[in-house]
Amino acid sequence: MQVIVWLAEGTWEGCVVAAAPLIPADARVSLLYVVAEDVSHAAGAAPEGLMGRWRPRPGLTEKMAAEAAASGEALLAAAAGLLGRAGVVQVIRRGRVEREVVAAAEAADLLVAARDGDRSRLGPHSLGPATRFVVDHAPCAVLLVWPDEVPGVGSIPPPPEGGRRDHSAPPRSQHPPRPAHGEARGRR
Amino acid sequence: MSGAPGEVLAIVLLGATLVVAVVRPWGLPEAVVSVPAAALVLALAILPLHVAAEEARSLGPTLGFLAAVLVLAGMAERDGLFAAAGTWMAAASRGRPVALLAVVFLVGSAVTAVLSLDATVVLLTPMVFVTATQLRLRARPHVYACTHLANSASLLLPVSNLTNLLAYRASGLSFARFGAIMALPWLAAIAVEWLVLRRFFASDLVGRGVSDRGRRAVLPTYPVVVIGLTLLGFFVTSIVHISPVFAATAGAVALVLPAVGSRKASLKDVAVMVDVPFLAFVLALGLIVAAVSYRGLGSAVEQLVPHGSSLWSLLALAALAAVLANAINNLPAVLLLLPAVAAGGAGPVLAVLIGVNTGPNLTYVGSLATLLWRRTLRRHQAEPPTSEFLRLGALTVPPVLLASTVALWLSLRVVG
Repeated sequence: MQVIVWLAEGTWEGCVVAAAPLIPADARVSLLYVVAEDVSHAAGAAPEGLMGRWRPRPGLTEKMAAEAAASGEALLAAAAGLLGRAGVVQVIRRGRVEREVVAAAEAADLLVAARDGDRSRLGPHSLGPATRFVVDHAPCAVLLVWPDEVPGVGSIPPPPEGGRRDHSAPPRSQHPPRPAHGEARGRR
Repeated sequence: MSGAPGEVLAIVLLGATLVVAVVRPWGLPEAVVSVPAAALVLALAILPLHVAAEEARSLGPTLGFLAAVLVLAGMAERDGLFAAAGTWMAAASRGRPVALLAVVFLVGSAVTAVLSLDATVVLLTPMVFVTATQLRLRARPHVYACTHLANSASLLLPVSNLTNLLAYRASGLSFARFGAIMALPWLAAIAVEWLVLRRFFASDLVGRGVSDRGRRAVLPTYPVVVIGLTLLGFFVTSIVHISPVFAATAGAVALVLPAVGSRKASLKDVAVMVDVPFLAFVLALGLIVAAVSYRGLGSAVEQLVPHGSSLWSLLALAALAAVLANAINNLPAVLLLLPAVAAGGAGPVLAVLIGVNTGPNLTYVGSLATLLWRRTLRRHQAEPPTSEFLRLGALTVPPVLLASTVALWLSLRVVG
């Protein structure tokens, strides 16, 4: 079984911790980091809007993409250490993040991703745009894990016209803590 | 050459100048076309010599200011000011993404206001990218905050933007008064950017980065003191009715002399910072636009633009200027609009400024035309702006325009 784990800044640690117990022991695991080239390009090419003031600095965009790649390598190395498995492959790709993740998952059986997004307001828009794209287009099963605390069932607001049923949730401490919350989706 | 043929030729020359300035075929400096074009305008008497002389005379201080600010920012970078800013931002954020965004807003707004938007775009943005990356935080919100603030936070002082220098010349305001009137619109623009970016990038402002870098920011004292004194000089000179260009020049010289004396910088480095070909381009562009205005487009524009200082006409002017800045780039836009509104006083001039400064955020780094030209006329390897960036522009520019213009209207009533 080929498993690919997509990691990004801010959520990588939680993603690894949550995914580790869910990945089968005999799986071949790759850790993926994508350098967002649109960002390094936005930083490096912005002077082009200045109408000739300041000559473009040759290689600046590439230098920044290289800086991002180096940071990504460090992130993957730290994640591999945290995962603590043998034979983990570390993959760095460059480009549009969401498209690179989907492309990287082409030969995989399972793609693990963090529930990336604004988790303070859970709802249809709480998946970040890149994660949303990956969930929609992944060519394999997707396992979404919470990178931090798993919200209880009580975090769901009552339905708009409700009121008859009692929705007051029990205090969170009554829920046993779960390592992860998975949302698997297969197409094969 | 006078009448319609003269006008048509002047417009063609303006178009050619802009296209070459944006596309820069074979890496030629923009002055290569603009200077001969301006010479042609004068030789064919499309612009009479006495009008040209008046235009050149009044552009002189603007060019001096521009050169001085370019040198100030360039020398500050050589002295390590931006590297120190990066280290400070990393330390102050302690690896928290929202805190980093806040200090990026703080530093980006200050650098843009004092050292101009060029300094933010060219010198600060790469530093912010590296800082966020090394903190192991997502760079996206912070980089886009910089590129947005370079435009939105350039409203405060005459030196913050080349368009401001041109508007400052047309407004007849003193340096201090300009700053006093624009303080509120500047703050309004920054506040709106913060509210929108904070929400827009909520999904990227997550987690916690590396916080213990163990590096302390050592701010280079001398350039900071010189820049501070230069800023003070701007206000003092304007109070005692001396041109603030002298303060800018004194500041630039004060940074250049010790560097050249200790051979940290050569005179050639300084000459590159002054960027004489670009100054020649601005002068030539000013003359060509003056010719276009003089031969009839000026009065046509004058009839088109709203007049008066009511809130509605200020809003209409700002919106018009924003649209024009996106269509033909903000520098020619401001040159075309200013003569038509200058008679109306400071209010309309500053409303135009709000439009041309904050409007370009709508279409990435300057203008839609810029990008289209680039993509069609040159095999550009760069990625086009993402739909994400265009959405961000659509979300920020209208409220920024509205908030800043209302703030300007209020400011004019209070400061006068």
